[in-house]
Amino acid sequence: MTGNLLEIRDLHKRYGDVEVLKGVDCTMAQGDVISIIGSSGSGKTTMLRCINMLEEFQGGSIRIDGEEIGYETSGGTRRRKKEKEIARQRAMTGMAFQQFNLFPHMSAAENVMLGLVKVKGMRRDEARALAEKWLDRVGLAERRDRYPGQLSGGQQQRVAIARAIAMNPKLMLFDEVTSALDPELVNEVLQVIKDLARDGMSMLLVTHEMRFAYEVSSRVIFMNQGRIGEEGNPREMFHKPQTERLAEFLKTSTFN
Amino acid sequence: MDLVAFLETLWLARIPILKGIGVTVSISVLAILVGTVLGVGVGLALTYGAKPLRWLVRGYTDFIRGTPVLVLVLASYYVLGTIGIDLGPFQAGVLALAVFCSSHVGEIVRGALQSIPKGQTEAAKAIGLTFPQTFAYVLGPQALRQVLPAWVNTAAEMVKASTLLSIIGVAELLLRTQELISRTFMSLEFYFFAGFLYFAVNYGIERFGRYVERKTSIPS
Repeated sequence: MTGNLLEIRDLHKRYGDVEVLKGVDCTMAQGDVISIIGSSGSGKTTMLRCINMLEEFQGGSIRIDGEEIGYETSGGTRRRKKEKEIARQRAMTGMAFQQFNLFPHMSAAENVMLGLVKVKGMRRDEARALAEKWLDRVGLAERRDRYPGQLSGGQQQRVAIARAIAMNPKLMLFDEVTSALDPELVNEVLQVIKDLARDGMSMLLVTHEMRFAYEVSSRVIFMNQGRIGEEGNPREMFHKPQTERLAEFLKTSTFN
Repeated sequence: MDLVAFLETLWLARIPILKGIGVTVSISVLAILVGTVLGVGVGLALTYGAKPLRWLVRGYTDFIRGTPVLVLVLASYYVLGTIGIDLGPFQAGVLALAVFCSSHVGEIVRGALQSIPKGQTEAAKAIGLTFPQTFAYVLGPQALRQVLPAWVNTAAEMVKASTLLSIIGVAELLLRTQELISRTFMSLEFYFFAGFLYFAVNYGIERFGRYVERKTSIPS
């Protein structure tokens, strides 16, 4: 084992005839915060979704803590792992979505508790306590019994982050978590993510918030047409882009 | 019309009328129960079934929904007998209504499940739920709330459709009423009265549906 938390090797993903990931390699150590930037259609969200098998992929491998995700190869044939096994592997990562995707028929606390009780097999009172602790951490202690429909977008997204974090994942995946938010609600969500980064949470973020990527990331990956166009530490990337594509992309994105 | 004479006749005929109501309610409850259980299966097959199963079930629902209920009732009573399945009029009638109900409930369930955003399934997967768990805790409860109003409609339709069983001689409320009218010639009074009873049953179903809807509504 290499000791890497995440190891992506030659990842290929096709939708029919269209190849959206054309061989992506990426490694990540414990505690790394990596932002993935790039124009839409460059494959950044797809790459993120392959890591927890929300997307199938046709070639390459993904390992988390040395464990191969989603597929197994025996005797030269590659097979999708059993559903139950994939479900277990999905719980190794947590994910926050652009559209929050809270369960509308459950209160904030119940949203957080569901995975704890049904996946981790926790007792309800234990799960309740943990859910309250995390809702408190994202600043929503007093809203724990509200339903998603009674919360603002920013509050919903913070509940969604608490729901993922409470499962104690090895790696958090953030998929454009502020893109659906009104501008004045963006900061409260980014602040939560920054706090998590400070606590040493390993995370992989797809984001359009360049200032945020600059501040929070230990490394930035620029995706371009299904490949990694450039990667490095944020200071070098943003101030001295090596490729023309990245320079162009940075010019057109807001960095304020 | 002579109200006193009507009430007197009604009192004398109370036993057959009550029996008729009893039969109508039994037919409806059985048809709705069996139809709903089958219908949920139909809906699940239409939504999650493998392609061959989906086509088969799609053919079934389209065929049943395109057939008049009366034809189903007659076929169930007269045709099944010719292939060795000998059902009494009550059983044959309930079977026909249940089959009819199942195709409608199936469509309602499919519609409800498909209307739930994909993000719900993805969020459930992302926290490590298996598909049966996702269905039980995330999709099912949301679909149930969507199904309810349309299901209440279907249930009321089944009560009304139960009158068709009078054709094959099931002594439900309508047939009892007709027998009564042929003896007393009080057609206006007794048809009106029967109409009122059907309304009362369906009104009860509708109120019950509203009550459950209110109880299970999601705060927003």
